[in-house]
Amino acid sequence: MSWMKSLFVREYQLANRVGGGALIGVLFFLAVVTIFPFGVGPDMILLSRIGAAILWIGALLSTLLGLDRLFQADREDGSLELLVMSGRSLELVVLIKCAAHWAATGLPLVLATPVLSLFVGLDFQSIVLVTLTLLVGAPALTLVGAVGAGVTVSMRRGGVLLSILVIPLAIPILIFGVSAATAGAIDSNNFLVPFLFLCALTLFGLVIGPLAAAAALRVSGD
Amino acid sequence: MTLYDLANPTRFLKLVKAVLPWLIVATVAALAVGLYFAFFVAPEDYQQGQTVRIMFVHVPAAQLALMCYAMMALSSIGSLVWKHPLADVSAKASAPIGAAFTFLALFSGAVWGKPMWGTFWVWDARLTSFLVLLIMYLGIIALWKAIEDPIKAAKVNAIITLVGVINVIIIKFSVEWWNTLHQPPSIIRADGPAIHSSILIPLGLMALAFVLLFVTLHLMSMRNEIMRRRIRAMRMRAASVAPAASSSTVTKAAPAGAR
Repeated sequence: MSWMKSLFVREYQLANRVGGGALIGVLFFLAVVTIFPFGVGPDMILLSRIGAAILWIGALLSTLLGLDRLFQADREDGSLELLVMSGRSLELVVLIKCAAHWAATGLPLVLATPVLSLFVGLDFQSIVLVTLTLLVGAPALTLVGAVGAGVTVSMRRGGVLLSILVIPLAIPILIFGVSAATAGAIDSNNFLVPFLFLCALTLFGLVIGPLAAAAALRVSGD
Repeated sequence: MTLYDLANPTRFLKLVKAVLPWLIVATVAALAVGLYFAFFVAPEDYQQGQTVRIMFVHVPAAQLALMCYAMMALSSIGSLVWKHPLADVSAKASAPIGAAFTFLALFSGAVWGKPMWGTFWVWDARLTSFLVLLIMYLGIIALWKAIEDPIKAAKVNAIITLVGVINVIIIKFSVEWWNTLHQPPSIIRADGPAIHSSILIPLGLMALAFVLLFVTLHLMSMRNEIMRRRIRAMRMRAASVAPAASSSTVTKAAPAGAR
């Protein structure tokens, strides 16, 4: 158990210290949300209607932005090879890396969501719903993103290709996330059905993500 | 001859060489008959008029777009589980063909949708999932091109293809849940097809012709890929035999040999 904890702490600290850390993702999130009103106009009624979608897409883009460093930095300095050869279950290693990555980059996005919600004129109820759906759904984004990160790990500039490969995988998450976030009331079926689907997708990602990413890392490990 | 004997590319190429002329003849014949039926025998629709004939290209193309992905997925299992070298080639060869048929289905659908629905594009469930399928195909093609080592590229692509299979199913259901306008399935249904035989027979003929077309294109593309790999191997050998001395002739092969 202790190796898991130390791996988690290592990953978390690296994610926080290298390249600006968690704040960079939040900053990008803020930038995305800020440019939307310039595109669609400063109409608060329109913005509050599409606000949940703006926040979800902003979170998706911020997540994609950070994904290419998930395994690549480790590959460059050789520690990925050591992790592959360590004899530990590579799937578990990937899962821990994803958890640390999410804690360092995904969680700040969720925490920033209530503040950014104010910019798009959401009411209290909607703020709760968006934050809740992002809290549940954002890990799924990181987990399916890990597949793309594993597959493109050996590429020098795999970031764009990673996004192209991951976006189709993220579409169901986005669909259910946004429709749960715009349901209006937390105790209605309109919220509960897509929300449960969203939970299912996260659980699904929890299995598929580490399995596929670990397989891809083994291949790229020469 | 089993699938394992086919692992020998030379034997496979010999088989392709023997089969291909017949396949081409059969494809051309089936296309000719199918198109004749589609254009001259099938009645025009009382509502849609002549435009209904677009269906005879649209439906088989859409069906092949999915079939290509199934082919790619099966090949991916082959290359991951049995490490069958031809499975790699088959998966690689399927991707551009699938992308082309997906594009054809989307394009013919748009052309058909303009007179029927009054718009080239709607964010309907099936259209959307085909658009996503096209993006997935193009992403996979890009991934094939991005990794130089063919064995590594094959494995990585197999992983993303298989994750994609699960994703295609989830996308299909989630998108349908999201928005649908497209007509429900009308050929394969529990209570028999809802299409009259005067249209169903030409449609079946066209579907057969498209499947033959796919097999032909797939085999040709696999043959080309095997040739391409042989050329690559020859270049690498040439580069390793004559190192640095005659740098002008080996410059092209050098990046491949360096890895």
